[in-house]
Amino acid sequence: MKDNAVLELHNINKSFPGVRALQGVDFTLRKGEIHALMGENGAGKSTLIKVITGVYEKEEGEILLEGYDHAINIHSPQHAQDVGISTVYQEITLCPNLTVAENMYIGRTKGAIQNWKKMNEDADKILKSLDIPAKANQQLASCSLAVQQMVAIARAVDMECKVLILDEPTSSLDDNEVQKLFGLMRDLKKKGVGIIFVTHFLDQVYEVCDRITVLRDGKLVGEYEIADLPRVELVSKMLGKELDDLSDIKGESDNTDALEKAETIFEAEGLQSDAGIKPFDFYIKKGEVNGFTGLLGSGRSECVRAIFGADRVINGTVKKNGKTIKINKPIDAMRNGIAYLPEDRKADGIIGDLSVRDNIILASQVLRGFLKPISKAKAYKLAEEYIDMLDIKTASADTPIKSLSGGNQQKVILARWLLMHPEYLILDEPTRGIDVGTKVDIQKLVLKLASEGMSVTFISSETDEMLRTCSRLVVMRDRKVVGELKGDELTQSGIMKTIAGGDNNE
Amino acid sequence: MNKGKVSFNKQLLIPIAALVALALFNLIKDPSFFKIALGTNSAGDPVLSGYLITILDYGSELAILAIGMTLVTAASGGQDISVGAAIAIAGSVILRVLCGTNSRPDTLQAPIIVAFLVACVVAMLFGAFNGILVAYFKIQPMVATLILFTAGRSIAAWINNNELPIISEPKFGYFGGYIPGVPIPTPFFIAIICVIIIMLVLKFTTLGLYTQAVGINGSSSRLNGINPQFIKFLTFVILGLCVAVAGLIKVSRLSTINYSVIAKDIEMDAILAVALGGNSLSGGKFNMTASILGAYVIQFLTTTLYKMNVQSDALSAYKAVVVIILVVLSTPVVRKKLSQLGAAILPNKKEA
Repeated sequence: MKDNAVLELHNINKSFPGVRALQGVDFTLRKGEIHALMGENGAGKSTLIKVITGVYEKEEGEILLEGYDHAINIHSPQHAQDVGISTVYQEITLCPNLTVAENMYIGRTKGAIQNWKKMNEDADKILKSLDIPAKANQQLASCSLAVQQMVAIARAVDMECKVLILDEPTSSLDDNEVQKLFGLMRDLKKKGVGIIFVTHFLDQVYEVCDRITVLRDGKLVGEYEIADLPRVELVSKMLGKELDDLSDIKGESDNTDALEKAETIFEAEGLQSDAGIKPFDFYIKKGEVNGFTGLLGSGRSECVRAIFGADRVINGTVKKNGKTIKINKPIDAMRNGIAYLPEDRKADGIIGDLSVRDNIILASQVLRGFLKPISKAKAYKLAEEYIDMLDIKTASADTPIKSLSGGNQQKVILARWLLMHPEYLILDEPTRGIDVGTKVDIQKLVLKLASEGMSVTFISSETDEMLRTCSRLVVMRDRKVVGELKGDELTQSGIMKTIAGGDNNE
Repeated sequence: MNKGKVSFNKQLLIPIAALVALALFNLIKDPSFFKIALGTNSAGDPVLSGYLITILDYGSELAILAIGMTLVTAASGGQDISVGAAIAIAGSVILRVLCGTNSRPDTLQAPIIVAFLVACVVAMLFGAFNGILVAYFKIQPMVATLILFTAGRSIAAWINNNELPIISEPKFGYFGGYIPGVPIPTPFFIAIICVIIIMLVLKFTTLGLYTQAVGINGSSSRLNGINPQFIKFLTFVILGLCVAVAGLIKVSRLSTINYSVIAKDIEMDAILAVALGGNSLSGGKFNMTASILGAYVIQFLTTTLYKMNVQSDALSAYKAVVVIILVVLSTPVVRKKLSQLGAAILPNKKEA
């Protein structure tokens, strides 16, 4: 093992049916360091964590751990704990109805008898040494989320861990709570614990970490000292695009002039929802395609959900053609001609057991009203029309939508909203998880609709796709809008610079 | 892909198979089960009698309740267990309005229709109470309706100051008995009216589509502009209306009420009717026809057990056994196994 290393992984491979989740990944964690593990969705971060914690068995490669002179095989989460690897997950996995001390010692009693007094004393000692503002006999539910998160860490620490894995621990905390958590992490670092920190907040990485390992598509991109990796480069490494590369794919901006003159159809001012985004301003013109971009979790979806009334709006106004409109719930947005294809197709899009036909007519039916059902014959006709138009592969219009492939399900949802003939169509990750052919179809469709006068907002994790379709991009970071790009600024490097921020505008 | 193609819904096979099995059992055991006789009742009017008529009579109450229970189940993925207690309340209200302050009036103090409408309002209010708990406070339907299940019969008794009103007006007995000159029990006609109404509602409104959509995926229904909470609430109110109709039939049968016994355990039969109709008790897609058929099958079973002189105390136990068999047989797991087995033994046999 290298000097100072507490955990070393060599050439880790792991596949799932159809996916090679990890390919030859190396990773080294040193004593007393906070090491960020970075990568976009599907990069292999969680798989790697699960291999380290014994949830998955690796297929190839070796794991070296301080104190063992040979490679070890971690075969279960319990085993991982026993050898000194503790994990704190994004969602708190403690029992809120038990006390703090009970939570710290649950499942760790040897034998049948529990010495409650000693347990509480021990717990208080640890809480005090870590400076956690909680009492051993306090019910966990009465602590704030941050304190609960800290108790989870305290539990991990008390198990005398050498390696502590924090998987997105800050996503449900506010700024103040995050600072407390960082304080605790720094203390542990001084005590020599190696911490792996998984997050998608760039600012936090630069605030607290010493080293960064970047993964992409299941492969190791590299390990860097924090000082050697400016933000822009980190983003470029995560997305896998070189800065000065690809700048030739410019948006089809030949209609820029026409768009300049086009009238604004929807605009929002100081809009804020309860989903935790900072207030933002927004506008879209007739026939324009714009996009929201930013890393995962930056608040792209939350913005469009606020416009559609999918999350509860707590502040701000929305205007249509200059007149203020009230959007409290999705039906209000629909009545004003707004359609929204949600990011999570399975949870928010399809109605699984219903037929393709019912799924297609649903939104239009709701808009028509409770007492005006679309007749069966008409529904069949409309469904057939859109099945042909979008080339949806289904046995019949009566087939339950859940038995279709992902791409075809997405087309059905698209058909549902097109049938409504909206003035403004919001597409949140419409091309995720579908084949390349369908992706191109959807991009073409978007451009065609826009040329016919529909306004479209297009969100995608794939920047190329956005550059190809959008004539204006709103850039988000850490849940707020940090910039807007159009015309010549619409390049990969322009986007990355704005996403990374830090050196130019913040 | 033919439009408007009438397809036989496979779901109907479950209650039909159960019905055939019960009929066969009775045919072998004692064919007289199917005998129907035309006689006269105490008022001298012609009436049909026989086990089948009993099934038609009592199954109708159940069918009416199954309508509401199907909608509640589909939208909320849970069941209302306060139905029996709510029937006691509705029945008590009817008697109270008809009797006024005197518990043994010589003449009715109000028209029957008024009493029925008041009962409808009251039952729908109690349905609304359940609906609010389930839809807006997101309490599990069984837990939410447990409140009324526990308190309902006391409320019913309280409405009539714990007295037992008796109606002597013969016309009041028509709803649970026979209309003079018509030999078929009235509840059957009432059930037909209810079925026609619900079928019209399902055809001319989007209630069916919305309840199913909400039951399958509430989040996505909301993003399609549906108000899932209101739909859940509405189904409980509709069940309240069904309860009022069943309450009218129940008190009309006896022209009086027994608060602790009236419609006892009827909620279980109503829930079973939904299950026997092949509808998922965890909500989502439903088939109304199958539920209604299921109600009559349940009554067929009850009547068969009575015919076999099963003691009324032991009735539920026998019923439970039969129901377990029926419901387990209709689960996807068993059906898959059965069809594999069937294919192995008799290659040409159709799936049961």
